[in-house]
Amino acid sequence: MKTMQTYVVTPDGTVFEGQSHMVSVKTISGELGILPGHLPLVAPLAIGAIRIKQEDQLHLIALSGGFMEVRQNEVNILAESAELPSDIDITRARAAKERAERRLEQAKQENIDFHRAELALKRAVNRLEVAQQ
Amino acid sequence: MASLKEIKTRIGSTKKTKQITKAMEMVSAAKLNRAQGRAEAFQPYTQKIREVVTSIAQGTEDVSHPMLQEREEIKRTGYIVITSDRGLCGAYNSGLLRETHRLIQERHNSEDEYGIVVLGKVGRDFFKKRGMPVMQEIVGLNDHPEYSDIKNIAETTVQMFADEVFDEVYLHYNHFISAISQQVTEAKILPLTGLAEEAKEADQKTEGRLDYLYEPDPATILEQLLPHYAETLIYGSLLDAKASEFGARMSAMRSATDNADNRIEELTLSYNRARQAAITQEINEIVGGAAAQS
Repeated sequence: MKTMQTYVVTPDGTVFEGQSHMVSVKTISGELGILPGHLPLVAPLAIGAIRIKQEDQLHLIALSGGFMEVRQNEVNILAESAELPSDIDITRARAAKERAERRLEQAKQENIDFHRAELALKRAVNRLEVAQQ
Repeated sequence: MASLKEIKTRIGSTKKTKQITKAMEMVSAAKLNRAQGRAEAFQPYTQKIREVVTSIAQGTEDVSHPMLQEREEIKRTGYIVITSDRGLCGAYNSGLLRETHRLIQERHNSEDEYGIVVLGKVGRDFFKKRGMPVMQEIVGLNDHPEYSDIKNIAETTVQMFADEVFDEVYLHYNHFISAISQQVTEAKILPLTGLAEEAKEADQKTEGRLDYLYEPDPATILEQLLPHYAETLIYGSLLDAKASEFGARMSAMRSATDNADNRIEELTLSYNRARQAAITQEINEIVGGAAAQS
């Protein structure tokens, strides 16, 4: 079975590196699955989970925005932050979720704050989902 | 000559100072190690993001984005200056600040022509004292900063460029060469003119150009990717500067320890001399007394 070299890189270091059979990501315009032999592609990614299939293993990674570049049998995912389920601090994510929810309640009038709180909430929920799967 | 007791106290206090400087040297060495590791871990990220940006610039025929183009009129220049929070690191801050100050004085006639974004307490105090326009500041950064720590300041600075508050942005920091040498460096981060040129150069090489699919389209991607790239440049320099800081502190503390060693040696010598002189004098007195009696 064909594989492709996959990297998940953040400013704080490489999170994942290895051969994979399939990578599925959430781009800003929807879910996208990449198989070996895909045409070169660049797409911005939204906050969401990435799934990397490797043999019979499935790796989940929580991603907070970034980019994906696909070239001949190579997938590069550049993220502001990316965490494997084992690296996620559940209590912290939960606290962040509650904080963001409170702020959303308060900031319904002001647009700027609202947007930031919304993003924070998305990140927290995403982390929790990945950690609990 | 100082009394025996005085010299002894001075030896004691010098020894204590030496212990402290030695401990600080070791702490800095450990921190330097980690900082270097982080700077290295960051490399693949910049490398990759750079590759993507250049290949997009290469792949699309007309690359036009405000961040890639030199502005015709430079009304205001932004300077991001990365300093440390604490002293005791030799000429790390003073060298950098002197150079920045000199360049600013040379290039600009009035305060409206530039703005400063400063990281670190030493730099902030320096510019505030001189009444220079500090537009943003961040102090009390962790020794090993994470991307999220400076994300805000980097984002707002890039936004200021996009909003035409700044027409170009320079980065001033100490570039890490080795544990004992750092170099004051100026880098232009915005506009990203270097990238377009690099793309052209890569184009001229025989390297096969990749025709990318863009999801949704190149303009949107550049829109997101370029500010992000500029931010990572700032973060990368911060990591570089942190490694330099620990290197500078380590060598400053090492020379302080060496100086303390020399000082202790000198003091011990004069202590022994004073002691010997005192004994000789005492013997002389006894002999003199005995001679007078006989």
